[in-house]
Amino acid sequence: MGLSGLDIALLSPEIAMVVFALVVIFSGLKWPNSSISVYTFLLATAVSICLSVFLWLRVESNGPEMFMNDSLIADHYAIFFKCLILTAIALIILVSKSSFTEFNQRAEFVGLAMLSSVGLMLLPSAADLITIFVAIELASLPIVVLAAFSTHEGKSGESGLKFLVLSAISSALLLYGFAFFYGASGTLQVLSLDSSNPTISEMLVSLDNDIPFGSIPILIATILSVSGLGFKLSIVPFQMWTPDVYEGAPTTVGAMLSVASKAAGFALLLRVLYTVLNHEMISDDWSLLLAILAAITMSIGNLVAIVQKDLKRLLAYSAIAQAGYVLVGVASFADFGGKQISYELGPESVLFYLTGYAAMNVAAFSVVILTVYRNQTSEIKSLEGLGASSPLLAGVLSVSLLALVGVPPTVGFMGKFFIFNAAVNANLSWLAIIGVINSAISAYYYLNIIKIMYLRSPSISGGNWRIALSSSLVLVITAGATLILGILPQPLLDLVGEASLSII
Amino acid sequence: MLERYLLLSVILFCIGLYGALSRRNIIAVLICTELMLNGVNVALVAFSRYSTPAFMRLTSVDASDSVKVLDGQAFAIFVVVVAAAEVALGLALVIALIRSRNTTDVTEINLMGN
Repeated sequence: MGLSGLDIALLSPEIAMVVFALVVIFSGLKWPNSSISVYTFLLATAVSICLSVFLWLRVESNGPEMFMNDSLIADHYAIFFKCLILTAIALIILVSKSSFTEFNQRAEFVGLAMLSSVGLMLLPSAADLITIFVAIELASLPIVVLAAFSTHEGKSGESGLKFLVLSAISSALLLYGFAFFYGASGTLQVLSLDSSNPTISEMLVSLDNDIPFGSIPILIATILSVSGLGFKLSIVPFQMWTPDVYEGAPTTVGAMLSVASKAAGFALLLRVLYTVLNHEMISDDWSLLLAILAAITMSIGNLVAIVQKDLKRLLAYSAIAQAGYVLVGVASFADFGGKQISYELGPESVLFYLTGYAAMNVAAFSVVILTVYRNQTSEIKSLEGLGASSPLLAGVLSVSLLALVGVPPTVGFMGKFFIFNAAVNANLSWLAIIGVINSAISAYYYLNIIKIMYLRSPSISGGNWRIALSSSLVLVITAGATLILGILPQPLLDLVGEASLSII
Repeated sequence: MLERYLLLSVILFCIGLYGALSRRNIIAVLICTELMLNGVNVALVAFSRYSTPAFMRLTSVDASDSVKVLDGQAFAIFVVVVAAAEVALGLALVIALIRSRNTTDVTEINLMGN
């Protein structure tokens, strides 16, 4: 047992993050409100990303490796997601730096955000069921505290409590599913590179064609785990906590939940489905199950978003709808009785969309973080006249909303194009059609915000805007990425192609 | 024997789920989520005790008493530890709630969504 040097080297991005998080939390005892904590976080992110890049190069020459007693895996897929999650959270924290003045213990907020990101980083590389469970809890327990952080506001504590209860129930469902996976297979090792070491997929013996998912324990296990993960990813019918938590929690937390948690959750879902449940007798069943969930999620998310009056709630429903689009890509498992036709399109489109979604949603949330902090209200009406009072904010929000609709030349268009292409390739044309209809519906409420910003005269948000340099930097980076990745998608496509090779 | 333990675990889990969704007192809701997790623990330990470990099934090694695989038990201990952390956090939030609003009734926690 014990730790070898190799374990420490392969785990170095997470170790660096934990060390810096402890530094931030302990220095917070002396200087609770210094903005040094934010800079330490940025430093930690930079160190962690550099280490991840080294690991990427190492994997390129040595191939994927298991470490920590086969409980974690280092491959391109995991490292890609680590970098994506870290970048997204760093941008979110940087843009919210000026809004942290409303908190009492800023250093603690940043430290907990760092610990949560460690959990999110571990999730895509987890290789056994215990590690998956611990990573999920490590990611979500700090989020509970962060959601309840604005102690002066009743809504904040309420959203923290709601998130805690719902995440406890969903963890229990997920764990019960895991228990049945364990019972059906006799091993906790989900994936393994060593061929003499049996994985769950090899243990699913004696499958029966008449029963959905091949056998009753696998049926129970899959349904329970998908429900448990569905809570975390806010998939309909497990989405009811999402709007309340997004509304009550500090806007920064909503941004982290909608971008980073979602990316990590989908990374886990995709990996488990494609490497463990890729047996031809089961894949049809879960593909259909996820396709139905995707159709419901997109439709409910978009339809309910139309009637929202609150900006944060609208973004919550928008995040639900976007999860539906990603789910279309996950369901697109193109395996026709062993004949694999463009098998890689599904995972590639999911990875591409999640990256593009991170760029456009961080851009949208950045503007919302800044306006909600300044106006002290999150009503959509408070954006009236923003086009005149702050062209930068209005421009960035317009670009990101157009990207969320899926208008060319933004990354949203390319992402949706790849996802629906993968769906058609996997014989799910009906799902692609529902997706396109939903994009049209979503145009109504996204464009409505743009109309309010430019065509209504200001009611409260008049006067001068002073945007901190760090915030404008984030705004420019995210809006720029949204446009550039839409015009020149090829470099990112190559990257996600290489990353998704690890799981197919 | 496995069936009986699984039956116990299903009963525990369902009581917990029902309680978590229907009780009005927030502390009772937290207790019920603990019940769900304990149902999971019973299932994990039972599977660990009564089902053949994977490597034995694949390599057809005799399941002798000398080889004990404690995967499920280890998992159960992790679940217990994390559940304790969850409850500590939950009770902290409940104390904050009682201080600010003097209630533990979940139907009164309704500032949002109107």
